[in-house]
Amino acid sequence: MKGYTGTLKSGEAVYYQDKKRLLWSLSVIYPLQPFIGIWLYTKTGVEAWLLLPIGLSYILAPLLDWLLGEDENNPPEAVVLQLDADRYYRWLTYTVVPIHFVSLIGVAWWAGTHAISTWAFLGLAVIAGLASGLGINTGHELGHKKSRLERTLTKIVLAVPVYGHFWIEHNRGHHRDVATPDDPASARMGESIFKFAMREIPGAFRRGWQIEKDRLERRGTTAWNTNNQILQSMALSLVLQLGLVIALGLQMIPFLLVHNVMAWWQLTSANYVEHYGLLREKDANGRYERCQQHHSWNSNHIFSNLVLFHLERHSDHHAHPLRRYQSLRHFEKVPALPSGYFGSYLLAYVPWLWYRVMDKRLLQLAHIDGDLNKINIDPEKRQKIYAKYGRPDQLQPVVGQNNSTDGAA
Amino acid sequence: MSQYRCPECGYIYDEELGDGFEGFAPGTPFADLPSEFACPDCSVRDKEDFEKVS
Repeated sequence: MKGYTGTLKSGEAVYYQDKKRLLWSLSVIYPLQPFIGIWLYTKTGVEAWLLLPIGLSYILAPLLDWLLGEDENNPPEAVVLQLDADRYYRWLTYTVVPIHFVSLIGVAWWAGTHAISTWAFLGLAVIAGLASGLGINTGHELGHKKSRLERTLTKIVLAVPVYGHFWIEHNRGHHRDVATPDDPASARMGESIFKFAMREIPGAFRRGWQIEKDRLERRGTTAWNTNNQILQSMALSLVLQLGLVIALGLQMIPFLLVHNVMAWWQLTSANYVEHYGLLREKDANGRYERCQQHHSWNSNHIFSNLVLFHLERHSDHHAHPLRRYQSLRHFEKVPALPSGYFGSYLLAYVPWLWYRVMDKRLLQLAHIDGDLNKINIDPEKRQKIYAKYGRPDQLQPVVGQNNSTDGAA
Repeated sequence: MSQYRCPECGYIYDEELGDGFEGFAPGTPFADLPSEFACPDCSVRDKEDFEKVS
């Protein structure tokens, strides 16, 4: 296995091997899981097998996270540049791009050409959407990089879930506004994931479009221009999805609608758990403090990190957005989710249970220590939350102050 | 004409070159960039965070 040598500040030589080097390829093959269900169906004739990937994502993945546990190992800082420069890791992110197309086209073709029940047909649309949600994650990893190739691949892969605006709004909007009430992609305490989705999905699109429109207007053109990076990706989406409708018939319209919404829902789920309730403070000039390690929820669970390009080491990602997945670090005492992302999603889908687990964790964070004024709270839940968790020494909530604005830019 | 560097990711804004992709014409002074300007590459450093390098 390849190793890296470096020198610590103390002058001591250090040698590092990434024990997960080969295992990162799981992020590449994971979007192919719909074909496992299809293969089992062809062997047994039992339609329920087609839905197996739902169980893989929401039962097996949390179970594996629990069984395999967490990995807190970090690469030494002295070798991070070498690790980042190792082309093997970026080739994995390139390789998965066509796999997302194979996954959608393959599942759509199979569903559209076999006599299966309506529920199995729509179930396959859901499963294809789960796989394409991983495509947004691929776009996330690629979209933070500077190279022309990686940015082009970002636009290509985001065409699969029809989410071409994502990398612009995420890089230029979410990373700027994260953990503030101004960010439609940061969830508030007391806000259910379902309410969050209604704010996040349209809010993120509007913000992404506005950012791109502003850039093009500075260049002296309108947003409706071939240089619009959102439209470039959306044009490919149109070719892909219209092609599927033409090739496989009108039945593809509901299939693709369900697929697209399910893919978006995966991102919504990730956004929801990543910053729930966390709030950056303002300085005397009204400027938000820089995003700190305690402004993201993290998880070191091994399996889900291996299939999500280390997305769950989220604090380091926000501190250093261009840092490649293999180099992201764990930090002591950062906000920690109770499970990896897939298990946390399950928890989020049951809001009362989510609040029960997460509100307590939120209030116990060292930088918050029960102070509700340091939490990003859903304005509609402020009175209720202050009544439930407020301390006598805390200011009473004032409507319109700090974290009571409605956010979506 | 000066250059300004993002302390996080190393992006350089060169006043002589501007940044055509971002819509800042050659010769645009750093001071004339919008107040909400953030690093086009990493977005986590604002205009006031940039360091003058030459």
